[in-house]
Amino acid sequence: MADPFLSIQNVKKSFGNVAVVKDFNLDVGAGEFVSFLGPSGCGKTTMLRIVAGFEEPSAGKVMIGGKDVTGLKPNQRNIGMVFQAYALFPNLTVAQNIGFGLKVAGMPKAEAQARVAEMLNIIKLPDFGDRYPYQLSGGQQQRIALARALAPKPKLLLLDEPLSALDAKVRISLREEIRSIQKKLGITTIFVTHDQEEALSMSDRIVVMNEGRADQTGTPFEIYNRPSTKFVANFVGTLNVLEGTISDAASGTVKINAEEIGLKGKLNGSKSGDTLSFALRPEAIALGRKAGNDSSLTGQIADVHFLGSVIRVRVGIGPNMVSLDTFNSPNSPPPAVGEKTEISFSSGDVLVLH
Amino acid sequence: MKTGRFWAWLVFALGTAYFFIPLIATFEFSLRMRRGEYSFDAYRVVLGDARFQETFAYSVTVAVFTIILGVLLVVPTAYWIRLRMPQLRPIVEFITLLPLVIPAIVIVFGYIRMYGSNSPLPFLGSARGTDALLVIGYATLALPYMYRAVDTGLRTIDVRTLTEAAQILGAGWITIIARVILPNVLIAVLSGAFLTFAIVIGEFTLASLLNRPAFGPYLQNIGANRAYEPAALAVIAFAITWGCMSVIQVLARFAPKSANRPN
Repeated sequence: MADPFLSIQNVKKSFGNVAVVKDFNLDVGAGEFVSFLGPSGCGKTTMLRIVAGFEEPSAGKVMIGGKDVTGLKPNQRNIGMVFQAYALFPNLTVAQNIGFGLKVAGMPKAEAQARVAEMLNIIKLPDFGDRYPYQLSGGQQQRIALARALAPKPKLLLLDEPLSALDAKVRISLREEIRSIQKKLGITTIFVTHDQEEALSMSDRIVVMNEGRADQTGTPFEIYNRPSTKFVANFVGTLNVLEGTISDAASGTVKINAEEIGLKGKLNGSKSGDTLSFALRPEAIALGRKAGNDSSLTGQIADVHFLGSVIRVRVGIGPNMVSLDTFNSPNSPPPAVGEKTEISFSSGDVLVLH
Repeated sequence: MKTGRFWAWLVFALGTAYFFIPLIATFEFSLRMRRGEYSFDAYRVVLGDARFQETFAYSVTVAVFTIILGVLLVVPTAYWIRLRMPQLRPIVEFITLLPLVIPAIVIVFGYIRMYGSNSPLPFLGSARGTDALLVIGYATLALPYMYRAVDTGLRTIDVRTLTEAAQILGAGWITIIARVILPNVLIAVLSGAFLTFAIVIGEFTLASLLNRPAFGPYLQNIGANRAYEPAALAVIAFAITWGCMSVIQVLARFAPKSANRPN
């Protein structure tokens, strides 16, 4: 990236002997929405707190707008942040909460009131100014927290799992709202989540974190369809991982449970006889032969779960277990457990895991 | 079920009698100053006594300064311990409990040795210096109550997240404590303040041994030399304490509410 707005360079963070963030690097462009995605304890929140200034990195630096802010306190960085637990001030009304940062900055009262009203309109709660946080639902509180974070016009917005405490329906509507406000204001945003669906649906780019490192950084499309590590492949989306042996590296033939499939051009540097892990998304696999699928394997139906519109079928292929979904059709009954079957897929959809 | 309820009521009645009979008896006795009939003469005498007014005013003033000192000392300490040094909490709690274990007389003799007129810090060499020492001593005696009240108040709010939310919005430490933390633990602080007030109003040992004209020594003096007035004073002192407790209860209704604790 030629001129990144936020640049995290070689950042490390240890608590005692435990290294929580290990050599983290990331450049974020102005107006970009980047998600840190990973399981609990992967270091994503610590990295966000380092950007906010709540934690000091053990090594490396954080640059915002070309300025090194590593040594600055959080109140000197001009950053907005939304917390998982809302963190609205219980003693202040909604309007006072939103106006808190403006008052601290010494903005004239009339101007601050106008800005508060503007923010209330942006979050579509124009009549809520006089209410107290305890009078609001979780979703409303989080929208107020977003308005409070954005009111002082920060250079950077940090969202620390802001949707985790909300119920599923509110979560979906609020994530759409957050993304639309972010796009409207064009504010550079870092979003921390462990929910892959949130990250995939909201982000321009995703950083998948594992054990303090960025395992892969890419667009949601790249992350989902072209995971570069086994961890990313497993963490993002449902994935069937199969193991086979390369029978002929030159022709790209891989043997799985006495059957062979062709993975030409995907084996980079592997030798014949090597064990290979590769993955298939459930939606890439068809039960039976399907036009356009150039590879197939034979197995036995192990489980059938009727889920309404979809039937989830698990097929045992030797020691490997493959999960796939088929649409429910009233005219064709679901397959029977124990039945022998064939699954087919396109070799182009196979993800080789290194 | 019915038997259980009977015993519960019996215990409640015994408890009520245990607390109220001595109080009623004291009140009844305080009304007997005029021979052959009930009157408020004892109260009239006590309230009209110039020494009552002087000592009470002195103790109220000292109590106010003690509360100010206690708040300035305890709120930032309890806040900082919760925010940055939670590992020190057991040690600080132990220290704040010491005044319950160490008698006031030990404190006052320590003061006399440390701050006598010949010492490098001769607080006891002047009346104002002694007053200052008395305030410090009372703040120490009230520490277990003040610290616990404030710490309990801090436990009801998410100190760390609220602090970080204020920090990221540009607030410095003074703004955070004054505009975010203190208003949210105000009821707890007031509880501690009223407990402090109740302690200071009746305290005898420190005031007497430091020879200050406080309400506690006055109570003792009247008790040793009069018959009906001490009973009236005891009822007045009880009313003050109870008044303080009632104010705490009333103020608790105005406590800031969180979404997790709406009522």
